Amino acid sequence: MTKYLTDLKIGETATIQSFDTSRIVDNDFAADLEDRLLEIGFEEGLAVELLHQGPIGKDPLAVKIGNMTVALRRAEADAIILDEEIKS
Amino acid sequence: MNPLNAALIGAPNSGKSSLFNSLTGSHQKVANYPGVTVERRSGTVTTEGGHQIKIIDLPGIYSLNDRSLDEKVSREIITGVHENEAQPEVLICVINASNIRVHLRLVLELKALGLPMIVALNMHDLATRDGIEIDVSRLSEELRLPVITTIAVRKSGVGALKEFLDRDVSAFSKTSNTLSETTTRALQKEAGRITKLVQIAEGGHHKMTRILDGVVLHPLAGPIIFFAMLFFMFQAVFSWAEAPMDMIEGSFAILGEVVATYIPDNWFRGFIQDGLIAGVGSVLVFLPQIIILFAFILVLEASGYMARAAFIMDKLMAKVGLNGRAFIPLLSSFACAIPGIMATRTIANHRDRITTIMIAPLMTCSARLPVYTLMIAAFIPNDTVMGYFGLQGMVFFALYMAGIVSAIIVAAVMKKTITKGTLQPFLMELPKYQVPRIGHILLGLWQRVRAFLRRAGTIILYAAIALWALTLYPNAPKDAPKDAPEADIYYSFAGMIGRTLQHIFAPLGFNWEISIALVPGMAAREVAVSALGTVYALQGTEDQVAESLATVLQSAWPLSTALAFLAWFVYAPQCLATLATARRETNSWGWTAFMAGYLFGLAYLIAFIVNVSAKALMA
Repeated sequence: MTKYLTDLKIGETATIQSFDTSRIVDNDFAADLEDRLLEIGFEEGLAVELLHQGPIGKDPLAVKIGNMTVALRRAEADAIILDEEIKS
Repeated sequence: MNPLNAALIGAPNSGKSSLFNSLTGSHQKVANYPGVTVERRSGTVTTEGGHQIKIIDLPGIYSLNDRSLDEKVSREIITGVHENEAQPEVLICVINASNIRVHLRLVLELKALGLPMIVALNMHDLATRDGIEIDVSRLSEELRLPVITTIAVRKSGVGALKEFLDRDVSAFSKTSNTLSETTTRALQKEAGRITKLVQIAEGGHHKMTRILDGVVLHPLAGPIIFFAMLFFMFQAVFSWAEAPMDMIEGSFAILGEVVATYIPDNWFRGFIQDGLIAGVGSVLVFLPQIIILFAFILVLEASGYMARAAFIMDKLMAKVGLNGRAFIPLLSSFACAIPGIMATRTIANHRDRITTIMIAPLMTCSARLPVYTLMIAAFIPNDTVMGYFGLQGMVFFALYMAGIVSAIIVAAVMKKTITKGTLQPFLMELPKYQVPRIGHILLGLWQRVRAFLRRAGTIILYAAIALWALTLYPNAPKDAPKDAPEADIYYSFAGMIGRTLQHIFAPLGFNWEISIALVPGMAAREVAVSALGTVYALQGTEDQVAESLATVLQSAWPLSTALAFLAWFVYAPQCLATLATARRETNSWGWTAFMAGYLFGLAYLIAFIVNVSAKALMA
């Protein structure tokens, strides 16, 4: 089963495998999402750690990528596919 | 020699704005690019060698993809196709030393455009503290660009950059494009390659940030801290501002009296005392609240907390289609919609920004409080409901809630209709926490206060003078019977307007006195109270004047009228300064007309419903 960034639990780290925006319903939104994710610093082969979740519905997420913390909504995190191996 | 035109460019959180502040100090101007809502910041630097350099601070962007207005304006300026802005002769690209992998991408993208460029490796001190080590000469070699380390928060930290700019312009040779491909992915790959080469030590996550976020973004503690902070901020805005506001009001009253003793009692004294001095006073009286509010916002922004506040509020705001960042501007609007609308500049997406501006006036601003207080004191009995809750307090609360609920509905409707568009990602870096620099805070505060005085101040002042004239002229006709019930204001232009408006407002239960008071109330909402005072005080016998306005209104208005009047004030765009600010910030008469139109429409509709149903219930 494919692992997505939204599947991580707080404190868990995994490596980004690829991007897939096909699960996103809104086509216009999905169109440049991959570029936006790349621009802010998500990239294949990098480790992401889930740091925090928002107070309502565990949304948005705050993740550590490189030396920075990035916030994104679950809908956006759904486009990031992770490697199977998860470290906690 | 003409001054050199330089442009600062960099990603959000690169420390670009701090660098700009340190470079230019107080020699800077903030305006808007004509036709768009993008802020234009420019300034001048004089180097040791006596060269004048003009610097524009381009908006913080990740790329030049034209997805946002910021990106579009930046690209147009850099490529020299912008209508009003000359193409810069040299670019200073600011990159954060803690995050070069991401920020180098923009450097490579800009480089491909071929302008002379200097790279400012910023926040070098902070990166070193976090254990990040960068081979600066290797970076320069790989990029084939000059790289200068800077520490934006210190004046001394920009010395090397100034020195570099001191050299002859011809020293900046054109860069050549070394990449065949400029897709995001290709650029990213190249940035990654360079980062691997020049980053000797990767360092770790900023410890303090990690610890603080553990508390501030905690699912339970986070919101508690957030709301406690909001509560404190509001307390500060209302209670700290009280004393200086009283002082300002007091000194303007004294000034008015002083003028009265020196100028004979004629129209000129009236103009100076009631028009000019009262007008300036009514502007300046808001200044303490605005200074305190903006000081809080600037400190929260500079410390890095603002991004966390957006994180906490995002889910709630997303329910009406807005971004977490819209929360603070709306919050500011509870003090005054003008700074609130000005604060929407932090919202990158144009449609989200417009929606936020449109609903900002629905937040109950402090200028409505005198009106609410008067009406509640006069018409709502000081009873308790269910043995505990004060009825007056509950009405107050209901008025606030009416504004908030309406704003939510209006935003939701707008996002489904006129500001409909592609969903905007929330995606945002949560910057490291920093201790704000007092100098930069003061500079920001001064710029905002100046903007408020210029934009709101001039319009309130003109409006106050115009309305003064309208309420005074023409005088009551000489042949009017001595015992006529009507006051002088009844015969004035304001009175004529009011009497005409009365026909329109009759279905709301408004009499001609209210209709007249609404006219000067356009300058600022709370002026409606003193205008009512004028209307009734001038009209009644001496005994009636002696009575408080609340008592007068109690006997003069039915309850249904009072409630409709309150409902009117929840919605009506009774503030020219807000409309003027909306015009400036949206850069569109269309949106301004929309704001005025929908607010008047709602005000009329709701006041009508309140009047009719209150009458029916009492019958």
